[in-house]
Amino acid sequence: MFKRFSHAIIEKNVLLLGVLSLITVSIGGLAQIVPLFTVESTIERVQGIRPYTPLELMGRDIYVREGCYVCHSQMVRPFRDEHERYGHYSLAAESMYDRPFQWGSKRSGPDLARVGGRYSDDWQAQHLRSPRALVPESIMPPYAFLDRALDTTRVQASLRTQRALGVPYTPEMIANALADLRAQANPDADGSGLTSRYPRVRQSAFDGNPRDVTEMDALVAYLQMLGTLVNFRDVTPEQLRQQ
Amino acid sequence: MPTKIEKDAITGTDTTGHEWDGLKELNTPLPTWWLYTFYACCVFALVWVVLYPAIPVQGWTGITGWTARGAINGEMETARARTEPMLARLRSATPEQIAANPELRAYAIAGGRAVFANNCAACHGAGGQGARGGYPSLADDEWIWGGDLGAIHRTITHGIRNHDSDEARVSMMPRFGVDGVLTRAQITDVAEQVLALGNRSTDAAMAARGAPLYAENCASCHGERGEGNTDVGAPNLSDRVWLHASDRAGIAAYIANPQMGVMPAFAQRLDPALVNMLAVYVHSLGGGR
Repeated sequence: MFKRFSHAIIEKNVLLLGVLSLITVSIGGLAQIVPLFTVESTIERVQGIRPYTPLELMGRDIYVREGCYVCHSQMVRPFRDEHERYGHYSLAAESMYDRPFQWGSKRSGPDLARVGGRYSDDWQAQHLRSPRALVPESIMPPYAFLDRALDTTRVQASLRTQRALGVPYTPEMIANALADLRAQANPDADGSGLTSRYPRVRQSAFDGNPRDVTEMDALVAYLQMLGTLVNFRDVTPEQLRQQ
Repeated sequence: MPTKIEKDAITGTDTTGHEWDGLKELNTPLPTWWLYTFYACCVFALVWVVLYPAIPVQGWTGITGWTARGAINGEMETARARTEPMLARLRSATPEQIAANPELRAYAIAGGRAVFANNCAACHGAGGQGARGGYPSLADDEWIWGGDLGAIHRTITHGIRNHDSDEARVSMMPRFGVDGVLTRAQITDVAEQVLALGNRSTDAAMAARGAPLYAENCASCHGERGEGNTDVGAPNLSDRVWLHASDRAGIAAYIANPQMGVMPAFAQRLDPALVNMLAVYVHSLGGGR
């Protein structure tokens, strides 16, 4: 067989060479992609995951803009030491509305997947303004400039973009985006609409000032909700299994 | 393509038989060590496919049935089995009982140090020394919400002014300036009177004007002589320990617009045994009552 089908035949026939090359380079992709067609969903069916509120989404944009992911991961890996330090390992469901995900690949600072609620809002804002005032050994740069007004002109556009990418923002959420954003940054504002659209949302003067909506408000709101949506006391092993 | 295989005169190896414009290619055999390493890798890969879930098809787990999540569950179980006997004792004991039992106390302080470093040090400092901006020192004997074991335990369990626990410690100092309760001049007078409580007043007339205002607005929580009240989280104003600024301007600014601290409720994050250990550890930092 090898005598009849020599390499010279492939080398002399461009079409055959092309087809065989395509098959060869497809094998890796096929081996990874095709089996997933047999799985209904790789996302765990846990309760509580919702899209980001407009303020959190703006904060997430700032997180991406400032390159926080370069030094901070958002991925608690399934190892005991990480479990003891950060909490339950991250689930696919917890980043199902991340476009793109912020898992990161390197930790110069700690993992942030479950940082929400770990510290007070004040701590987060002060720490962002001047990390070494609170953690003397920190090497994080200061982000005091985030105390400036948040550009809210593209809030609705952001929600619409996320919706186009598959995040289930309803037309009602998009229509109320700006009002929801303002309501979340002010603890005294009427939050009934916000709460009905985004369960377990927390209103607060995240940067300590309830009057103006700043970039600091948005980033702290985002940080304070990270990892808080799933209540792991209610999660069963059955829910974590792929279907 | 010509396929005339020749023997190269210099190396003694065959050529591939290909020739391009007079250039010929040697068909040098692969080094033996490389070839056998390659075969070994192939064998390793085959064994791996059999043992581990290498074929990503639903239901294929490999004969070991290994999964990353299964592995950590096993690891956590093993660790739990090792620590659980001691943790169960620490869970069922009160902080007072732990502090009184040398064995439990030694374990609680060693473990509490690790839990403190992970959960508390970011605000209260690595040694409990506190930080500027309203993060109290836990290493001195000034306590805002009480410094005995029970009070420390309760503060850690439910936290302070948070959204996590319904039993969080709550008290709100009025915003005397922002809400217009006192005028700016009155606030400065009260600040001077607060300095006088610690024998630091430099303007007796001002303090005298502030004294009745203090008695009317502040004494119900902070005490007649500024001794404080841990039931309502009102700090002692007569000593030299200050959470925020300690000069007259700073005190006046605080009276005008207080910035009260928030602490998460750790009962929802930590095992009750760890909360007990933390309480004993924090109590041991230097100022426990």
